[in-house]
Amino acid sequence: MKLAVASGKGGTGKSMVAANLAFTLAWTGEVTLIDCDVEEPNLHLFFPAPATTRDITIPVPSIVEFACKHCGKCAEFCQYGALTVLPDRVLFFPELCHSCGGCMLVCPKNAITEVSRRIGTLSTSVPMKGLQLITGTLDTGSPHAVPVIREAKTMAGHNTTVIIDTAPGTSCPVVEAVDGCDACILVTESTPFGLHDLQLAADVVSRLGIPAGVVINRSDGKDDQTIQFCTDHDLDIMMTIPFSREIAAIQNRGDLLTRARPEWQKDFCSIFFKCKALAGRER
Amino acid sequence: MKVCITAQGATPESKVEERFGRAPYFILMDSDTGSFEAIANPYADGAGGVGPKAAQLILDRNAGALISGLLGGNAKAVLDAAGVAQYTYRSGGTVKDAFAEFRNNTLQKVG
Ligand code: SF4
Ligand code: SF4
Repeated sequence: MKLAVASGKGGTGKSMVAANLAFTLAWTGEVTLIDCDVEEPNLHLFFPAPATTRDITIPVPSIVEFACKHCGKCAEFCQYGALTVLPDRVLFFPELCHSCGGCMLVCPKNAITEVSRRIGTLSTSVPMKGLQLITGTLDTGSPHAVPVIREAKTMAGHNTTVIIDTAPGTSCPVVEAVDGCDACILVTESTPFGLHDLQLAADVVSRLGIPAGVVINRSDGKDDQTIQFCTDHDLDIMMTIPFSREIAAIQNRGDLLTRARPEWQKDFCSIFFKCKALAGRER
Repeated sequence: MKVCITAQGATPESKVEERFGRAPYFILMDSDTGSFEAIANPYADGAGGVGPKAAQLILDRNAGALISGLLGGNAKAVLDAAGVAQYTYRSGGTVKDAFAEFRNNTLQKVG
């Protein structure tokens, strides 16, 4: 089963939920945890371990200047504006290129070749028995989050239990990370802002046709509005984590709730079974 | 020389548009003959890369200088590489006004 953990905004404790879930499930089976928050991956902080890292590249065009006749066909074709043809040279803007390969096909002089351009890295590690951690990291300034996420997800292969930590928000990278998952956990906080962002996130996953449940984090006990929203939208509240100094302290020192206080493991186990039930439900 | 001015309409009486890639029109004023030509910008509502696309368009029309309000980094890179001087006009006047200022050498050149 593939499970995504998402939230409408940052700082709700999304990564914390993903990490605790993975840690708990790794005791009884094989789990792959994927950090798809590629602009700011942080799961490795919960699981320090030596990792193997490789580059992620995308194909981009390279102009063979001596063959180019500056006809302008490539620039005319490129709808992303990544190529501009001057009378004496061709300018390429890699951050605008979507790697469609079209310019290569339309060039009448075969003056365009394909080269690899690095956009980020993929790291894998085995921090404990039963747990594989895959981290996608986007190079600073690169706009190509989506291919990094795709690669990170492919890396997991067909492992039985996969947990994907998405970027916060509801943008393209989130859609890419959540897409194809069997169920999604939406993490929220019991504030009016939290509820608003939960609504946005719930809307995205429902459009993707992915069943979802909710985890309320740092609850102050006044969750009436959130509970009402979840009832109205048929979202199961899978767990409520109360606001507590002790829990905050555990997190602040980079530890996991389920490691420091193993009695929490049964709560995370039950989230997993609820997700399984959701995934099996008719869509 | 042809001077390209970003405009909200298709005549020299139109207001100068401050955006470059998303300007509705480009007005090409001929500084030798005083004649003009208007080009509707096909990229005004484009999704991305509109700056360099628009820059390519005015290069293909042989513009030697550009007057606009704001210019993105990629469009500037194209125009710099092609040797097209860029000037800023943000006084809210018409294309004619901007062109007059250009001729009087009172416009600020983009560095
Ligand atoms: S299409 Fe080929 S020959 Fe024409 S400008 Fe582009 S690279 Fe040069
Ligand atoms: S590969 Fe596609 S997006 Fe990239 S420069 Fe060529 S035509 Fe443009």
